[in-house]
Amino acid sequence: MDFSIFGYQFMQNAILSAFLGGIACATIGVFVVLMHMPFIGVCMSHAAFAGALLGLWLGFNPLVGAFGLSLLSAAIIGPLADRGELSPETSIGVIFSLMLGLAFLFMGLMPGTKSGALELLWGSILTNTRSDIILLGIVAVVVVALVFLFFKEIQATIFNRDTALAVGIPAALFLYGILFLTGATITASLRSIGGLLIFSLILNPAAAAYQLTYNMKKMFLLSAAFGVLSGWVGLLFSYFFNAPSGATIVVTSSVIFLIAAIFSPKRKVKGWQSQLLQEEQP
Amino acid sequence: MVKAEDGVSMDNELIVIENAVVSYREDIALRGVSLKVSKGEFVGIIGPNGAGKTTLLTVVNGLGKLLEGEVRVLGHYLAAGNGHSLRKRVGYVPQVQNIDPRMPICVREVVMIGRYGILGLFRRPGRSDYEIVDEALGLVGMSHLAQRPIGHLSGGELQRVSIARALVQQPEVLLLDEPTASLDWKAQSDILELVKMIHDTRSLTTLFVTHDLSCLPVACDRVVLMKEGNIWGEGSPDELLTDINLGLLYDMPVSVVEKRRKKAVPVN
Repeated sequence: MDFSIFGYQFMQNAILSAFLGGIACATIGVFVVLMHMPFIGVCMSHAAFAGALLGLWLGFNPLVGAFGLSLLSAAIIGPLADRGELSPETSIGVIFSLMLGLAFLFMGLMPGTKSGALELLWGSILTNTRSDIILLGIVAVVVVALVFLFFKEIQATIFNRDTALAVGIPAALFLYGILFLTGATITASLRSIGGLLIFSLILNPAAAAYQLTYNMKKMFLLSAAFGVLSGWVGLLFSYFFNAPSGATIVVTSSVIFLIAAIFSPKRKVKGWQSQLLQEEQP
Repeated sequence: MVKAEDGVSMDNELIVIENAVVSYREDIALRGVSLKVSKGEFVGIIGPNGAGKTTLLTVVNGLGKLLEGEVRVLGHYLAAGNGHSLRKRVGYVPQVQNIDPRMPICVREVVMIGRYGILGLFRRPGRSDYEIVDEALGLVGMSHLAQRPIGHLSGGELQRVSIARALVQQPEVLLLDEPTASLDWKAQSDILELVKMIHDTRSLTTLFVTHDLSCLPVACDRVVLMKEGNIWGEGSPDELLTDINLGLLYDMPVSVVEKRRKKAVPVN
């Protein structure tokens, strides 16, 4: 096999992007999986896509539009999920379909060629520039640093928001912080992975890690590792089979999830418990 | 109605609620409730579903939104958004919660969450925090399950963990919101005994919302009966928990109350 391709600048950029994006997305994914809010993430990624298209149509920076609309959707859904007043699934469903509708509306209104729009839909990690990598790097460092700094508050909020509140942790602040980080991560990864596919890179690595451990710190680490692995293996497949990179990355992450689910010790809770019981005996 | 005299010193009244009105959406949950609780009291709160018992607890730990009235807890006046520092000093044990059986967090870590509020931002639990947690786990009889994932516990075990988590806050006030609901009879009386023992040894002030009438008289200094957002009666358990009162409280004929209570109280 010919590996000389890795000597090229664009390939090195792609490898670095996959590393940074994989870490950021997979870390966010742990929140999404453990707080049981996958559809909030799906909704936000489509909002980001719609926002980017708005930017393309009206001629401002698509990333500003993406960040703005994904935060707007979080600002609408967050309080609903927080208070549990409306059924969150219903309100997220409404916002999700609205965002998809807006995206296609903006695409339709856009004059001229739609290639820029389609690129945001599918993503193109191989054309990532230095500024894309810097943005991804900033987001990845901020996400990891915040998880590290506020691990105990995040752990309590993820476990149970009412409990976190009852022991004196401002749980609502952390919930909104998590939604804000989700919006930022989706925005930064939008050009690499694409609006339609980004969410699987958030969900799949964390869902795979969730199958394998009962320790939250390990889950964060495993998830980040799976995220990076999905990106790198996906890139390899993309190169060797000349396939779109966003798609191969997402398919790889799904395969990792499947393997984790098959070998999950959590599916054999009974066996696991009997092992513990043996340990407990004097 | 038994009420604290005005002459009682202010320091002794840890909880003072005056004419509290709380509403959720269109429903009024508390309609002008006044209650004083002195240091060291064990108060049972009883009433039908929807009487405002849980809302009363949220007012005490600063989560309720007051429309009218005044609430002072541990010298702290309740206002919107200022409850975080108060809640660090108030232990709260909720009803049995549904927990994701695969949640990646173990019993010891869940109890440690009780320390997180007091520790504050940027500080990690140290050795003394782990000692406090392990002591609390021992007290509630859960040491042997410390490393077990929280989702694998039974309802009774979960409540013991919740009590341990409230204890590691080293609270001055302990609030329990139907901690024994949905538990079997033995677990119910075990939990009540445990709470009473902790109340006495740690000289806490305890508010206990419950439906478990058979065990209450033994534990409580005072009983508060609630109905439709009001305090309907207050006094010693023996005086107040009569078949006639319970019939009025739950809108049931006295004869039915008598029959059911006989059935409910297990033979010793």
